[in-house]
Amino acid sequence: MALNIDNIRSDFPILSKEVYNKPLIYFDNGATTQKPLQVINRISEYYLNENSNVHRGAHYLSQIATDHFENARKYVAGFINAKSHREVIFTKGTTESINLVASSIKGLIEKDDEIIITAMEHHSNMVPWQQLCINKNAKLRNLSVAGDGSISLSELKDLIGPSTKLIAIAHISNVLGTINPVKEIIEIAHNNGIPVLIDGAQAIAHVNVDVQDLDCDFYAFSAHKAYGPMGIGVLYGKESWLNKLAPYQYGGEMINTVSFNITTFNELPYKFEAGTPDVAGALGMESALRYIDNLGIDNIRSYEDELLEYATNSISKLVGVRVIGTALEKTAVLSFVVDNIHPFDIGTLMNQLGIALRSGNHCAQPLMEHLKITGTLRASFALYNTKDEVDIFVSALEKAINMLS
Amino acid sequence: MTIKERAQSVVDEFSMFDDWMDKYAYLIELGKELPLIDEKYKNETHLISGCQSRVWLHASYEEEKVSFTADSDAVITKGIISLLIRVLSDSKPSDIVTADLSFIDEIGLKAHLSPTRANGLVSMIKQMQLYARALHIKNS
Ligand SMILES: Cc1ncc(COP(=O)(O)O)c(C=O)c1O
Repeated sequence: MALNIDNIRSDFPILSKEVYNKPLIYFDNGATTQKPLQVINRISEYYLNENSNVHRGAHYLSQIATDHFENARKYVAGFINAKSHREVIFTKGTTESINLVASSIKGLIEKDDEIIITAMEHHSNMVPWQQLCINKNAKLRNLSVAGDGSISLSELKDLIGPSTKLIAIAHISNVLGTINPVKEIIEIAHNNGIPVLIDGAQAIAHVNVDVQDLDCDFYAFSAHKAYGPMGIGVLYGKESWLNKLAPYQYGGEMINTVSFNITTFNELPYKFEAGTPDVAGALGMESALRYIDNLGIDNIRSYEDELLEYATNSISKLVGVRVIGTALEKTAVLSFVVDNIHPFDIGTLMNQLGIALRSGNHCAQPLMEHLKITGTLRASFALYNTKDEVDIFVSALEKAINMLS
Repeated sequence: MTIKERAQSVVDEFSMFDDWMDKYAYLIELGKELPLIDEKYKNETHLISGCQSRVWLHASYEEEKVSFTADSDAVITKGIISLLIRVLSDSKPSDIVTADLSFIDEIGLKAHLSPTRANGLVSMIKQMQLYARALHIKNS
């Protein structure tokens, strides 16, 4: 089914803004997407009519807030096809979800154990593991990334050994757009008895995520990269794994009983949700995921693929432009460099022309080093972007290149 | 010319442009003309931290005045440094340290640069003042 982009755009009032007297072209969706009215209205509706703390009160509003909060959890569970809502932990976002696992799994990691990541990870899926390894005298192993932005399964098989305790990898790279073969990776890992954490930050809004089909042990994502609010995200974890992990933070709803000497902890998912949660955020996230569901993730995927292909072909015609990340399986992210021109110079001029791009190392310094570049420019697309916008972007890019050469 | 007079001449120049694209075109031109730093100073010691594009800055001291040379791998950044050098270079250390740099806001530079670049601008100024202070102490 084709998407009606005009209708969709009218749900996102911010898209009709002007910046520096130019119509805004928002191509920084990899950093965060814009939010539709449905999400914005859901959040204000909560604060207007439902606000109350959850799981606490024996009063009307608290019951409503609690019901809606727990329904949001169930909706998220359905969205990623989790077996149970108990496997859905609300966090601040991807970064916190990954830190939660890295912190709570500490007791299971010993000296000389190994954790495998890839050279394309965002700092959020790299530094927590690096610090855990430093802390435990364990080893961080790095799966390399080929020139086209893909990884090799046979290299992964070589890296895996008896000391491997975990594999952590992005579902989709925020710099290269590569869709990693996570299902195959998980199968290889499980054949060796190794759990896998998937960083789904760049995937959740763009491709179908089915945690049972993937059979991943953990899956982390943020609402704000999927049309939802900032400050909330999810850690999905298999129940058996979540039960094995120690609590992450202490206090509030995660506690069952407390005496001076001992505390017993609540059951899943509350064991990992200390303190008052972001209820409005959870409801906003539910609305955002409903928005995606209404349009259909597969329709979104094919629309965005078409847009990416169109944009890739268009910028490739410009002299000196080189696309970074040309893996066969990629989506929604277009990174590029221009020969002899610094990405910041282009980014500055593009900004002045009303085009929101990201320039720099994209929180992936090891990848930049690996690819021997100082940074890239990145256009990242969402379901409301259009070919007309791509055309404007390409002619602005041409103008910027001319000014700078 | 005093630092103040030089800053004023920069403000006057920029007031001729209505469109920010023209201001950038001018910055790019200035960047291309920047007196380049001696290659031997393009090393870690002379790299300014806090800039996302790399900036190397070198200061020398002669007849009680500090002079700067610099380079960057981004040309707009070079243009900005060349403005700073034009205003601050060839001045007494005490004048550099106490200089009024409101011309940066006046020409709208700070507001028009992305936060990381604005941070870089702050780092550049800080580094120039640090050099001035250090050279002053060393030579007095
Ligand atoms: C691949 C990837 N992982 C993790 C993150 C961190 O997400 P958040 O800042 O929402 O925690 C990002 C965000 O840029 C990302 O792209």
